Amino acid sequence: MLLRSRVIVVMLVVLATLLSVRQPAHAIPAFARKYGLPCSACHEAWPKLNDFGIAFRDRGYQLGNEKDAPIWQNPGYWPVTIRTTPQWHRESSSNQVIDTVPGNPALGQTFHNVTTDGFDFSGLDLWAAGTLYKNISFSVLPSSDSSGSFHFENVFVRFDNLLGNRWVNVKFGKFELDNLVSEKRMLFLSQNGGFYHIYHYLPFRETQFQALNPAIAQFSPVFGIGDNQVGLELSGHSENSYTRYSLAVLSSSGGNPGVPNRIYDGWASFNQGFQVGKLGVQRVGAFAYFGQRATFFNTSLGTPVLGEGLGNKSFYRAGLTSLIYVKKLDFSTVFIHGWDNAFLGTGTAANTALPVGARAPTWNGAFLETHFTYSPQLIFVQRNEIVRMSRQVFSTDPRDLGDVDAYSFGLRYYPFMSSRAGLAVHTEYSLLRSYKSASPLPTSTSPFGPDLRTSSVFIGLDFAF
Amino acid sequence: MKHRPMAAQLVGIAILLLAAVGQSSFAQETHIDALTGEVHRGKQLYRRYCVGCHGPTGDGRGENAPWIDPKPRDFVTATFKCRSTPSGELPTDEDLFKSVTRGFVNSNMPSWLPLTEQQRADLVAFVKTFSSRFHDEKPAAPVQIPVEPTADHASIQRGTELYQKMNCWSCHGKGGRGDGPSAQTLVDNKGYPIAPYDFAAWTRFKCGESNQDLYRILMTGLDGTPMPSLASSLKPDQAWDLVHYLRALQTNAKHKQPAAQGEHERSSESKSVGEKPEARANRF
Repeated sequence: MLLRSRVIVVMLVVLATLLSVRQPAHAIPAFARKYGLPCSACHEAWPKLNDFGIAFRDRGYQLGNEKDAPIWQNPGYWPVTIRTTPQWHRESSSNQVIDTVPGNPALGQTFHNVTTDGFDFSGLDLWAAGTLYKNISFSVLPSSDSSGSFHFENVFVRFDNLLGNRWVNVKFGKFELDNLVSEKRMLFLSQNGGFYHIYHYLPFRETQFQALNPAIAQFSPVFGIGDNQVGLELSGHSENSYTRYSLAVLSSSGGNPGVPNRIYDGWASFNQGFQVGKLGVQRVGAFAYFGQRATFFNTSLGTPVLGEGLGNKSFYRAGLTSLIYVKKLDFSTVFIHGWDNAFLGTGTAANTALPVGARAPTWNGAFLETHFTYSPQLIFVQRNEIVRMSRQVFSTDPRDLGDVDAYSFGLRYYPFMSSRAGLAVHTEYSLLRSYKSASPLPTSTSPFGPDLRTSSVFIGLDFAF
Repeated sequence: MKHRPMAAQLVGIAILLLAAVGQSSFAQETHIDALTGEVHRGKQLYRRYCVGCHGPTGDGRGENAPWIDPKPRDFVTATFKCRSTPSGELPTDEDLFKSVTRGFVNSNMPSWLPLTEQQRADLVAFVKTFSSRFHDEKPAAPVQIPVEPTADHASIQRGTELYQKMNCWSCHGKGGRGDGPSAQTLVDNKGYPIAPYDFAAWTRFKCGESNQDLYRILMTGLDGTPMPSLASSLKPDQAWDLVHYLRALQTNAKHKQPAAQGEHERSSESKSVGEKPEARANRF
């Protein structure tokens, strides 16, 4: 029982860490300064791209007017952007196991709602991006958490219009998987709402395994579509970027550096836009990610040898996306289906037998995100998101174990429009329900706890320069 | 804390619906083929995409204008380079639509092709509200473009003679590199330095890429620039001869002076003070 409690505590710590390290969103005033266009030219409401912004990005961050190369810029121009978000936020979690008498665990535990609030600040994005030469662009994004610990969110060089053809573009390095609905450009920032759950979802049992085996998790990291990956991408687009594709070969490192484990994953996405009268451009797309992960490692004196992963087992994610515009209203939808090999689902080394009754877990997830762009300076947002397990690892597990319901709404107000910098007043409220994911009481005979419900209130000043 | 996800969802949806209500509109339209551009929608798009350069009153004095070379178009004067109509006349709606769609090479004006046709038509409708000329006048009939004759050696030879006779070389230079003796003295209608087109650059022209586009430029001129209309000086066949010669000049200049695209001209903003005026100039 004590072990189970520890596992769940570790899981919560991992989850909290994941949630608190908000993915940096992409908005680059350095480009606005370079071209003299306001943020709203490329962003519906930054960081979310509009049709022009999508085309600009697809052209390799170029307008295509023969003035894109750095030679056209003032030599003093330096394409660097900073972004951070001072904030006030409130976090609440239900069904937390608390000692009945503080400081005296021997007297028993009880469930309690834990609520915190206060002033805070996000990490810092320090982003350099631009063109090195005509049709050669780059991006380097060191990003820190709020403690100042940096990692590289992206690092890539991109070659565009190879062979004089806009359908042949190559990107090399660490980058966001090209998907119609980008988590990096979402309009939510809170701990509960600031990421797409379905882009990072793992079954409950698998999350337990990751928490219990941090060494394996480090060398054979979990995968999330929302995480930038390291590899090589071939992409292309039509002149107006209504038709787009992306194919990528990626290291199975989960985007982490220094994990050369000799396994490669694959990514494919395609999306198509249609002009529908006065409604705007409607886009639909599909994506798939096929990957493998090692289930055990050669060891040296018991310590896993980096890069010597063995017993690879596969997984995939596949889905459908759409961006639907109805004048000032737009809807982003994503449906995703996930499948993990039973060895991954149970955290079992492939050189040992699977637990009796273990099956490959499968699940489905979806969200509907709605934006009402009242003006380029004011946007209302909301998102409904669900994840439903369609097959648990063990048939004896509760059918809804690890299911997720999430809901967020808020607004962003941009007090000014400028081609030099951006500021957004951001408010948001988010709810999350994770079925049977809370820790059980130590005295409980059930291995599963009650539902875990968390909520976030977020008020911040999101600025980029 | 008690959680009420359903209630929260209803509140969120209600806010969105309330915000969607009450979007008023008024009719003021522009027609481009089957498209009807509407001013009120164009105004919103202008605010989003254009106001930073062209300014809230359309006078080309947006907050970013001081840093742009060439300067943004002043819509109030309704003087447009790219027209299908004779010099001095208003452009047609389609002319403006094409300009928005195509953008202008060697300027900060990008192609707005990623916007829907409807959105571009709406923008045209709004841009026209900046000048009373669009209210008081009607665009003249577009210049007719006859069928292009064969671009044979004789046509190019005649074009060569016309290039000399019409003094094109005084601005564009004998080799077509925009380095004629008058090139350094040229200014646009706002007094800003402006440079002649450099055929060696091999970029598309301001107002299109095809031979028909080049013919149209010759016959309509580029209003607001020193490039005049040659309609009163050239017969249609002569204009085609000149087009053929300019195309040959473009090819020859390219081959004689190879340069990496994007680096054949240095940035005007990268020039130091005291350099020649043409270095800061727009090209027409």
